[in-house]
This record gives sequence, structure tokens and C-alpha cells, in this order.
Amino acid sequence: MLLLILKRIGLGLITLFIVSLITFVGVEVLPGDACTTYLEREAYGAALDACIKRLGLDVPAYERYLDWASNVVRGDFGYSLSGEMPINEVLGPRVKNSLVLASVSILIGIPLAIVLGIITALWRDKLPDIMISTITIFSMTIPEFISATLLILIVAIWLGWLPGIVIIPSDATFYELLSNIILPVVAISMIMTAHMARMVRSSVIQVMASDYVQMAILKGVPYWKMVFRHVLPNALLPAINVVALTIAWLLGGVVVTEVVFNYPGLGRLVIESISNRDLPVVQALAIILASIYVGINLIADLMTLMLNPRLKSLQIRK
Amino acid sequence: MESNLIIKDKQKNKLEKAFEILKTMASKPSGLIGLTIVLFHVVLALISPYIAPYDYKAISPNTMLLAPSAEHWFGTDSLGRDVFTRTILGGRTALTVTFFGSLIALLWGGLLGIFCGLVGGKIDDVVMRVVDAFLSIPWILAMLLIVSLLGTSTEVLIPALGFFYGKGIVRVARAATHDVIAKDFIVSARARGHSNMSIIWNEIIPNVRDAILVEGAMRWSWMLLGFSSLSFLGFGVSPPTPDWGLMISNARGLMSFAYWSVIAPIVGLSSLIIGINLTADAFAKALGIDRSTKAPV
Repeated sequence: MLLLILKRIGLGLITLFIVSLITFVGVEVLPGDACTTYLEREAYGAALDACIKRLGLDVPAYERYLDWASNVVRGDFGYSLSGEMPINEVLGPRVKNSLVLASVSILIGIPLAIVLGIITALWRDKLPDIMISTITIFSMTIPEFISATLLILIVAIWLGWLPGIVIIPSDATFYELLSNIILPVVAISMIMTAHMARMVRSSVIQVMASDYVQMAILKGVPYWKMVFRHVLPNALLPAINVVALTIAWLLGGVVVTEVVFNYPGLGRLVIESISNRDLPVVQALAIILASIYVGINLIADLMTLMLNPRLKSLQIRK
Repeated sequence: MESNLIIKDKQKNKLEKAFEILKTMASKPSGLIGLTIVLFHVVLALISPYIAPYDYKAISPNTMLLAPSAEHWFGTDSLGRDVFTRTILGGRTALTVTFFGSLIALLWGGLLGIFCGLVGGKIDDVVMRVVDAFLSIPWILAMLLIVSLLGTSTEVLIPALGFFYGKGIVRVARAATHDVIAKDFIVSARARGHSNMSIIWNEIIPNVRDAILVEGAMRWSWMLLGFSSLSFLGFGVSPPTPDWGLMISNARGLMSFAYWSVIAPIVGLSSLIIGINLTADAFAKALGIDRSTKAPV
């Protein structure tokens, strides 16, 4: 068991190492280095020399990689070009803001998805299922920027209930954030909920058709007791991994949502740093976002392992 | 002579099979709706240059932000361009780029996945690690980086999208290959001394083709979503090319009093994506593949 956990963690670390190689090599291979892309037309003479010196672009690539990687391991991402300050200081408030947005969305999204998934599965092909399933298909397939734009148009402009865009500085306090994030949270959790509800639905349907549930029905176990005691624990277990993948997948979608709502999180920083051609920040973001992805998947794997007695004994027998 | 007949017979069977699949897809309302929407968009993309009432890039200060009327069915945008014209032309680039992008993704992802599944061992381990690493970088970050350094022409976008959306297909193709690899006909092909290439071509591809095609159909809709997100963020096609994502992003700032210029491209893009999704789902069901338990990666 312990060995398996260590192996999973090891695999995650290897993946992160490859990610760091890919981002570094990618930036090296694509035309233009950090200084020429950042300075653009002013990339000559003293300004270019100063920039090259500051970023240490005059040493060989592999030395720079080792240097950069060892700093990253120690938690130091170097200097941002456009902000002229340590990347850690740029990132700090952004990470906090995105975490607030993500955790509120997850806190709303996961319970809602489970409830909706169960309802649609138990009333399969009846009116509640058809209605909810149609809505989930819509919110799942429509691009984030469209649902977000529509939300602003309907809720903020036509109804005038909530502010359409978030106008707060990136170092706003937690309470200032909360009152501003209602629309972004709705936009994000809508898509997330739809994906997970569909997963829960098919999982519950699968378990409902299994032999042991048929057996319980034949034995005369009351319907709701059977649902909560026998069906749900077995149906929700495989959902954990999908929940993790969905959250990780949303990392990309959150970028767009944050831009639409002007929310000062990691996603908008992605766009800002790319528009400013601030390659050191882009590299840092790639590593951070990849770590989140790997971390979430790792936690999901371990949770499935802990919660599923069958997998545990299987590993011991091996 | 005889072998010719057999080949002809085979081709006829293939056509019949394709027709059969289409019929199964259209037999359910969701599949029929999806097919109709996709067909409508494809036809519209083909004929729109001939039926467009105005020039899509004609700027005119006299017709700025007009509400929908008999002359301008969907109104005009902030530069006085006809929104109807731009909306019906808006799907052309998106459809072309994502169609060829999906083809590239299918080809390299499918072949690499089959190869890894067949060969296994060290090569497989290394390739899968790299694929995992690519999967863990958010697609949007990677695409934005490539596009901002190489430019936003379709010659860059098609291979870049094709590359980035193919990595997920590698996994699917590999898993599908693992399902057939231990079957008797492959063992016997090995025993007959066939090369890896011949086994892939004659034994594996016919058996994993369905799974990969379904995955490709699904990727098509995600790629369309990704492409229009890029356009929306200003990293896709460049103006004045009519494109839905770009139109939405341009009209968004003025939507409090000119909502029509935002609604039209929204309807266009959403209907196409929903159509492709419904079609892909129906396609999967017609081939007997269950996708509902899969995560969107």
C-alpha cells in the first residue's frame, strides 16, 4: 500500500520534470528568446545587452535549465520582465484569488452534481431526467466565454441584479472577493456541475442494474434504504477520478472565464503575461498549473485507493 | 477477375455499412437534430460567400450599430458592418481549421497510440510519460504560447491544434489496442511471421477504428471550442476575417445597447458545437461505444 502511494507520487514527480523540460525546450526552440520577444522592436544595443545579462541568457541553455530548475524547486521563479519584480510577488495574490474562485465553485458544484446525477438516474427517461439532462448538455457544450457573456447580458445588463464585471485590485480581501464572484462562480460551476452530473448519472444507472442491487430488491430492502446504503457508495467511488479530471480540465476554461469577468486570478495572468510576452512568468505558470493538475489527480487516485477495499486487498495480494 | 469482384463487393459493403450507421444515428431524435445542424452548417459554410448580401469587411460610419431591420436582418456592428453577412461567413474558418486539425490529431494520435499499445515495454513507458506531461499543461497556455510566438495564420493553427488535441487520442488508441492485442488472430498473425506494420494495418486498425473515430468526432467539438476561445481572446484568426469568437469578443463591450451583434454569433457557434456533440454521441451509440462515463480530457 505504502509502496503504491510512493510509486504514484514518483510518477507525478517524473511528469512534472518532463513538463519543466517541455516548457523550457519549447521556449528555447520557438523563434525569439525572452529578451527579443519582450523588447520587440527595441531589441538592440544597450537595452538588449542589459536584458540578456539580467536574465543570464549569455550562458549555455543546459546550465540555465539547471539553474532555473534548482531555483524552482526551492520555490523561486525568478524575475518578471514586465512588472520588474519577483514572480513570486506577482503570483501570490493571483493564486489566492483563483483558489477562492475555484473552491467556492467546487463547494457548490460537487454536491449539486451528485444530487442532480442521482435524480436523473433514479427518474431515468422520465420528465425530471429529460429536463435536467437537456440543460446539462447545453451548459456542457457551450463554450465558457459564451455562457459567461450570456450571463452578463441577462443578469447584469437586462435584469441589473449584479455587477457585470469584477472591478477589484488583485490584492483585495477575502470579503471583497466574495461579493464580487457570484457571476464567475455561476459560470464555472455550471459547466463543472454538468460534466459531473452526467458522470454520476451513468454510474448510478450502472450500479442499479448490477446483480447485488437486483438481489436487494428481491430481498425486499426498502427502496430508499437500498439507494443510500447499497447504490450510492458504489456509484460515487468511480466518480472521484472523473471529478478530479473535470476540475483539472477546467483550469483551461477558467482562463477564459476570468478574462470575461475581468477577475484578477491566475487565468488572467496567463493572458496578461502572454500579451506582454513575459516568458519567465509563462514558464512559471506552466509549472504551477501542471503541478495543480498532477496534484489533483494524485489526490483522486489515493482517495479511490483508500476508499475502495477491493483495490487495497488486490494490491496486498500482488 | 474473381478477386476484382470480391473487392467491389467489399466496397459496396462498406458504403452500405456507412449508410446503415447513418440510419441508426438518425433514428433517434437527438442524433437526427445533431446531423441536421451539422449538415446545415456545412452547407451554409459552402454557399455563404455566394448568398452573403453585403461585403463582410465594408466599414461605414453611416450604418453604425443599427438595430435589426429589413435591410440588415441582424443589425450592424460598431464599424457599420452587416452582422448577418459576418455571421453566415463566420463558420467557414472555424470549420476548415478544426476539420483538418482533427484529421491531423486522429492520424498521429491514433497511429502512435496503436504503435505504443503493440510494442509496449520501454518505448511505451517513455511515450506515455511524455503524453501525460503534455496532458498536464493546460491546453490554453500551450496554444497561446505557440500562437503568440509563431503567429496566428491558419498554417500555424491547424498543425498546432492537431498536435495538441491528438495527445488524448494516443491514450484511447493505446487502450483500444490493448483490448485486441491478446486476441487469437493477432497471436496467429505473429506466428505467421507478419511484421509489426502489417499487423497494425491488417489486424489492429480494423478493430480499433471505431473507438478512434468516435474519439476524433468528440475532439472535433472540443477543438472548435478551443479555436473559438483563442479567437475570443484575440489569439485566433486576425481581423477583419469574420469569425464567431472574434465577433463575440468585439461586440461584447457594446452589448448593453447593441445586443444583436453578440447574439447572432453566439447562436451560430453554440448551435454548431451542440450539433457536433449530438452527432458524435449518436455516432458512438450507433457503433456501440459508451462514452458517458468518460472524463473530458
